[in-house]
Amino acid sequence: MTLDVPVMIKLASYAGAGLCIGLGAIGAALGEGFTAGMANQGLSQKPEQSGDILKNMLVGQAIAESAGIFALVIAILLLFLGAPVTTMLKASALFSAGLCMGLGAIGSGIGSGYPGGHCCLGLARQPAISSRLTTNMLIGSAVCQTPAIFSMVVALMLMFMDFSQMPLWPTWAAFLGAGLSTGLAAIGSGAGGGLAAGASCEGISRNPDTVGQVTTTMLVGQAVSQTPSIFGLLVSFILMFKTFPESTALAASMALLGAGISMGFGGIGPGIGNGMTAEGAVRWISRNIEATGALTRTMLVGQAVSQSTAIYAMVVSLVLIFVV
Amino acid sequence: MAIEGVDLIRAAAFIGAGLAMGFGAIGPGVGEGFAAGKACEAIGRKPEEAGLLTRTMLVGQAVSESTGIYSLVVALLLLFVV
Repeated sequence: MTLDVPVMIKLASYAGAGLCIGLGAIGAALGEGFTAGMANQGLSQKPEQSGDILKNMLVGQAIAESAGIFALVIAILLLFLGAPVTTMLKASALFSAGLCMGLGAIGSGIGSGYPGGHCCLGLARQPAISSRLTTNMLIGSAVCQTPAIFSMVVALMLMFMDFSQMPLWPTWAAFLGAGLSTGLAAIGSGAGGGLAAGASCEGISRNPDTVGQVTTTMLVGQAVSQTPSIFGLLVSFILMFKTFPESTALAASMALLGAGISMGFGGIGPGIGNGMTAEGAVRWISRNIEATGALTRTMLVGQAVSQSTAIYAMVVSLVLIFVV
Repeated sequence: MAIEGVDLIRAAAFIGAGLAMGFGAIGPGVGEGFAAGKACEAIGRKPEEAGLLTRTMLVGQAVSESTGIYSLVVALLLLFVV
């Protein structure tokens, strides 16, 4: 059976579009459900705050939704854009773009739900600091969206860059690896950043005087949680922009696909772990502000150790790309 | 395109190295983060025991790290030895 290039490109973009919105819908829906659940819990405690809680629930859900909307935009582009028919390589790039955006939206959607939910519950506890809680939620969930934005950048590059000069073998595998690397690594960073942001909303509502320290530590913790997704983005950029010598050996292609798999899956755990660490530190800074120094130190040491496996994964990826 | 046996084995070793390190990194990353989060909680409750708690956290994380190092070793073996 032989498939000509236009058919393959259509096939790849439709399959990519389906995976993109299918996977991309997981995170946003889970995150928004968590926000709504916490909002209901808050309402049962303070029904008279219903207006404020409902408003914040909708704002929080709107941010969580944006990851899903990114996935929808990429899926629609894949369906209707009608990519210029160039080479068979474009088929791999389009499929990978869909996969990257779909996977990348999961973590950000889940992560953005946490601060929204804890903000709603916090409003029931401390209605007086409503504006501070909303600001903190917005900052925290905006940071959670960055991995989804990284994924969208990689997806758009894969869709619109001109790859017609590159050899089909092994570049098709490099593109698939590039999509997997950023998409999968974004899952951990998005969810992890959300844990830290949720704990900070909870902390501010328990002890509003600590808002400065809590927000600062949240941002530091979230920044460290983002690093696995930045490693993923780095590996993707290398895979997209490096020109690989033509080789029809299966091993040359599989090395590049393996590099993407290693960095992608390897980024999930450290991203979530760093977020759990930041969650613990932020929560306890709000309860025991005197221990801020010791807690920040311990958080950074703990995150550094948790980060080590992401670094191993990146080393294996780089060895697969440059050495073997 | 004809695929020879040696090529197929090398291809499987490269994909295997990626899978080994990728999946192997998930567990230690989450586990070490959980340990550090709980250490932060404990320091928040009892700041005067910060030294002991940090030490215990690091020992616990080192044990949790071991499976990540196994994955790295297996990945490097697949890349360079097999």
